[in-house]
Amino acid sequence: MVELRSAASPDPMDLTEVYRAEYGRCVATLTRLLGDIGLAEEAVQDAFAVAMEKWDSSADGPPRNPGAWIVTTARHRALDRLRRESTREARHTQALLLQTPDETEEVGPVRDDQLRLIFTCCHPALSPLAQTALTLRLLGGLEVPEIARAYVVPEATISQRIVRAKKKIRDAGIPYRVPGAAELPDRLAPVLTVLYLVFNEGYTATSGELVRTDLCREAVRLARALAELMPDEPEVLGLLALLLLTEARRPARVGPSGELVVLAEQDRTLWDRDLIAEGHALVRRCLRRGQPGPYQLQAAVNAVHTDGPATDWTQVLALYDQLLAHTPTPIVALNRAVAVAEVHGPEAALAAVEALDIPGYHLLPATRADLLARLGRTADAVAAYDEAIALATNDTERGFLTTRRAALVP
Amino acid sequence: MHYLMGVRIDESELPYSDEEMEASFARVGAVNDEMKAAGVWVFGGGLRPSDSATVVRVENGRTAMTDGPFAETKEQLGGFYVIEVDDLDAALAWSEKVAEACRVPIEVRPFDGIA
Repeated sequence: MVELRSAASPDPMDLTEVYRAEYGRCVATLTRLLGDIGLAEEAVQDAFAVAMEKWDSSADGPPRNPGAWIVTTARHRALDRLRRESTREARHTQALLLQTPDETEEVGPVRDDQLRLIFTCCHPALSPLAQTALTLRLLGGLEVPEIARAYVVPEATISQRIVRAKKKIRDAGIPYRVPGAAELPDRLAPVLTVLYLVFNEGYTATSGELVRTDLCREAVRLARALAELMPDEPEVLGLLALLLLTEARRPARVGPSGELVVLAEQDRTLWDRDLIAEGHALVRRCLRRGQPGPYQLQAAVNAVHTDGPATDWTQVLALYDQLLAHTPTPIVALNRAVAVAEVHGPEAALAAVEALDIPGYHLLPATRADLLARLGRTADAVAAYDEAIALATNDTERGFLTTRRAALVP
Repeated sequence: MHYLMGVRIDESELPYSDEEMEASFARVGAVNDEMKAAGVWVFGGGLRPSDSATVVRVENGRTAMTDGPFAETKEQLGGFYVIEVDDLDAALAWSEKVAEACRVPIEVRPFDGIA
């Protein structure tokens, strides 16, 4: 693995940023050229190691198009490596490489490469954790320790999953291509799930600080790429809209001392207007298509939240009714109950919440606590807050719940 | 690439009635014909129940035989196919058809080269 924060480097952030931005697309392109993910990663890492030396010592700094530079260098490094090996497979790969001209700024094929790689990483023959880990590693350029931290699993588990998944892709012949129209609905679902999970993990990190901007940014970037590549898939547009509208509110979600600020108390001037406009436009595009799905409906909820000076809860409730009919899960039912509280009052919402059972999910007792407090049942509310605090793993959320609880006990 | 499609059957559910057998033969026969017509068929067949199996071991130059399958588990290999297709997606698509016809799970495994 390439150590990017070298002490000798005067401006290590530059290369780290280039790495983040370009790693995925370089690996994707090299995978097409070499026909093997492992070889592609090695070649791209070699190229970044060369870049670290060259860009530092060169008076001009990094080249104008660092991605193209990395791809070209990686190709040459792969060729050198293959020339030293004499196996039949190596000679075959070498022949493939020599037939391909240098690519500099061919945007189209590069995008297709990334799409192919997303579908390979999220192939249903791989386990869900392997799908997510592989997507973050290969397309997001995240290192194993970062992925392990994000998912609160040991580093050894993540690296083992990644190694096994790459081996299975190669040995079992998982293809490096975008599935055909007939398979697409089944195959798109895990891709959307992975991007959604990556964003969610970034938005409310399982441990430590509340938000991991790197994961959020990565999920948005990949969703944007997917939407550009598949502009006719309404759920792809729905997912992108959902992520943009959620991301837009991020600056207002944490207060000056790092505390959580709930939607109703957020300073709306801190919201990112451009992202909101983009998200709203996408939601309108989805509406015109008239094929609602879970991501589009959640995006519509977020569009209502970000429309005008205050949320129109009647609309939100109507959308959650649709979503619940589509996806009857307890989490959706819990979110719907929050809207019920705003439209029909806390009593009705509490009845809905008390019918739910979501083991280990801190937002269930947290919502119950809020409703009980609004109904003046202080002792019950305190007990529910205690339950929620014990379950919350994120420092900021725990801090928020503790403050709420303290406000009830004079 | 060559793939093995192993048909996993629950032997405790045997024997099937004559009608079930006939219907199953018809469904499986249709998929077999489809595989042959598509040019992916290499080999395929059903196996006698696992109590007809014998395990042969050679240790220190001595041959030992035991009656019955490797493991006395509920699920046994009931039959298998070998197909030749481009990639896993193609193998999975055929496995789906076989699983539907046989109404039991199919395990798909790539060959590590063939002799």
